[in-house]
Amino acid sequence: MERLGSGIEAGRLSTNEYASNFSDLHPRLDRHEALVAADRCYFCYDAPCMTACPTAIDIPMFIRQISTGNPLGSAQTIFAQNILGGMCARVCPTETLCEDVCVRNTAEDRPVEIGRLQRYATDIAMEEGRQFFERKAPSGKKIAVVGAGPAGLAAAHRLAVNGHDVTILEAREKSGGLNEYGIATYKAVDDFAQREVDYVTAIGGITIEHGKALGRDYSLSDLSAEYDAVFLGMGLSGVNGLGIEGEDLSGVEDAVDFIATLRQAEDKATIPVGRRVVVLGGGMTAIDAAIQAKLLGAEEVTICYRRGKQNMNASEYEQDLAASKGVIIRHWLAPKSIIGKDGKVVGIEVEYTAMTDGKLTTTGETGIIAADQIFKAIGQSFSATGLGALQFDKGKIVVDDQGRTSIENVWAGGDCIGTGEDLTVSAVAQGRDAAESINRMLAAGAQPASAVA
Amino acid sequence: MADIRNNFIGIKSPNPFWLASAPPTDKAYNVERAFKAGWGGVVWKTLGEQGPPVVNVNGPRYGAIWGADRRLLGLNNIELITDRDLYTNLIEMKQVKKNWPDRAIVASIMVPCEENAWKAILPLVEETEVDGIELNFGCPHGMSERGMGSAVGQVPEYIEMVVRWCKQYTRMPVITKLTPNITDIRHPARAAKRGGTDAVSLINTISSIVSVDLDSFSPNPSINGKGSHGGYCGPAVKPIALNMVAEIARDPETYGLPISGIGGVTTWRDAAEFLALGAGNVQVCTAAMTYGFKIVEEMITGLSNWMDTKGHRTLDDITGRAVQNVTDWQYLNLNYIAKAHIDQDACIKCGRCHIACEDTSHQAITAMVDGVRHFEVKEEDCVGCNLCVNVCPVENCITMEALPAGSLDQRTGRPVDPNYANWTTHPNNPMARQAAE
Repeated sequence: MERLGSGIEAGRLSTNEYASNFSDLHPRLDRHEALVAADRCYFCYDAPCMTACPTAIDIPMFIRQISTGNPLGSAQTIFAQNILGGMCARVCPTETLCEDVCVRNTAEDRPVEIGRLQRYATDIAMEEGRQFFERKAPSGKKIAVVGAGPAGLAAAHRLAVNGHDVTILEAREKSGGLNEYGIATYKAVDDFAQREVDYVTAIGGITIEHGKALGRDYSLSDLSAEYDAVFLGMGLSGVNGLGIEGEDLSGVEDAVDFIATLRQAEDKATIPVGRRVVVLGGGMTAIDAAIQAKLLGAEEVTICYRRGKQNMNASEYEQDLAASKGVIIRHWLAPKSIIGKDGKVVGIEVEYTAMTDGKLTTTGETGIIAADQIFKAIGQSFSATGLGALQFDKGKIVVDDQGRTSIENVWAGGDCIGTGEDLTVSAVAQGRDAAESINRMLAAGAQPASAVA
Repeated sequence: MADIRNNFIGIKSPNPFWLASAPPTDKAYNVERAFKAGWGGVVWKTLGEQGPPVVNVNGPRYGAIWGADRRLLGLNNIELITDRDLYTNLIEMKQVKKNWPDRAIVASIMVPCEENAWKAILPLVEETEVDGIELNFGCPHGMSERGMGSAVGQVPEYIEMVVRWCKQYTRMPVITKLTPNITDIRHPARAAKRGGTDAVSLINTISSIVSVDLDSFSPNPSINGKGSHGGYCGPAVKPIALNMVAEIARDPETYGLPISGIGGVTTWRDAAEFLALGAGNVQVCTAAMTYGFKIVEEMITGLSNWMDTKGHRTLDDITGRAVQNVTDWQYLNLNYIAKAHIDQDACIKCGRCHIACEDTSHQAITAMVDGVRHFEVKEEDCVGCNLCVNVCPVENCITMEALPAGSLDQRTGRPVDPNYANWTTHPNNPMARQAAE
């Protein structure tokens, strides 16, 4: 077997092991489990979970609807606030959002399973193909949306509901953005991201054009000329580099590419993985890459993060999940150089770090970790072009509280804006709210200039 | 160790937990299992008159309501009295009594409201040497359509008449089982006493439809698309039963009449409450039908441990202890003033107390204080209604605290009067009794 062979190899596991490793992380609750879980909700007044949700879903109401045998009503409650409620149920770090503030934590250290209940309701509605929204009368307005990720889809749906015609321009082959390319396989099995895109676009009035990249195929000014409004939701396509020796060696890869390739692979046995893998970074991407490297059969997977546990962007739950899969997380280690042999990675030299006077410094103490594959997961950056005079701050698009950019009739949301939070649910909220702002603008424009004739 | 031996109208059993007349006591097999499990006694499922036995439906007999985790809260049934031959039952009863001389066996009987019918069956039962009889005047379904069961229990004159026959034709102790499907439970109890009954047992089941199938529009349980009202029992009926027991226990006309308490007894605590309100023992059915006979172990140990903790030595120390505290509304002390108090350390901040009070009561609980989620009672608005206590999911988080005499009631602006005063003397009462001049 290749199982423990050195180097980067595909097919380390048996067919059954791959199937089991990449199956649904948390299968959907069955009806009885959902009723039991729903019964734990206290139907709080002014519920903290609802306040903590970036999309402000009426969580006590949707859970009560589940408990009364009304999962479709429950799904409607969810979708009214968050049309990507199905994916959010799978990928939201609920442990730091709604479930973190659940009052059950105070009483018994175990929150209501809000995420899993949300999945229960939304899965039922989506499987039945139930649509809860009807388009308003056609407004005759055309809106361009750049990027078919969570922000773009949420904006498109809300615009379509309001009677506008939406064209989404997507650079990649498939819609979904990070939902399709950036989420660990076991969190969105059975092609869920595509099924969700189909569900969202079934409202009508939304056209998605694939292979259309901003800056290459069109510019923002082209869109402004052709459409009544533009929403920018292109996310972050650039990947930060390490800037250290050996970064070009064979075996040094971007974690986002690894995750995307793995997600797109029909047969996981075709994806090569190192025997010893090091992942650099402390966010969700680092965790997703590390866990999946392990699930592909890597013998040893180590996450190196240059700050402490408390600084990690990955939630405690995700860290625990990684640990449960056998991933080792090491803190206060910065990459110093990547060591190669015959053009291939054989290890990484790391240096210990410390906080001195509020600044991160290296201590001078170094060590070497043997590795034949290294994943970089140290953040993504904005890299689009063709945006003309659009105003940026720290490499991200500047928007106001309604999502309006510095250019008239151009809105933006999701990871590409300054307040982007690297969260699907926040991107959905921003897309939705920008759509409402666009709708208000268009409605105002349709009114006579003065109320008095 | 507390002594929980029971002597109910001379019928002795090692504990006060009897199985009520119902499916669990229909035949020797079940009753033997019950005695092995530790039950103190059984009331054998109701015997009918000699002849072709009754028939039951061949579809579902039971319906239920549940909590969210399918915890059974209320059960309803449309089963009739025993559908086995009278002599089969009598032979088994005699044998089981012989096998278990220390346990109580009481025969439940339901025959037509004719003197000869009772005169005929009583000697047959007496011959089995069981400890007593219970007159089934309670079942509200099926047999009542034939003039038996609750059809008798709803007419005090019939109760008195039949009890009198029984006392005349047998030396066995007579327990009269009452139906709750009446307006005032005291009337049938008084009638039973006038007829000479040794005791009453209550409650039998409550007429009920547990649910409707929203696809077929048939009541449940559905027999080929139709349903009939059944008899309701289980934890849900306990409060109704407790009140009826108390009503009889404190009625001057029936005061001292032994009572066998029935209705939703599921735990030792339920049993202790029935005893406190005047029951001499309890009968259990739904809990056994839900969990099996083993639950009696919990009841025995629970009651015994509680008695030890509180220093009660025998059941007589408990029976009726709460009766004197059941009174009419008009005698409640209007000068007793309580206010809700929220223990902030126990509060989980769900806000249910606030919204219940705000939407439906007296607007006396905050939701926000200084911009922070905070639930606190506004004493100046609190009438002490106890709703917040009942909706709070955390036990003992909200408590009702009595204001000491002399302290200021912020709601009325008046000091708390130390004297007892009730509605009968209240100035707002047009019927208030004036002191003789």
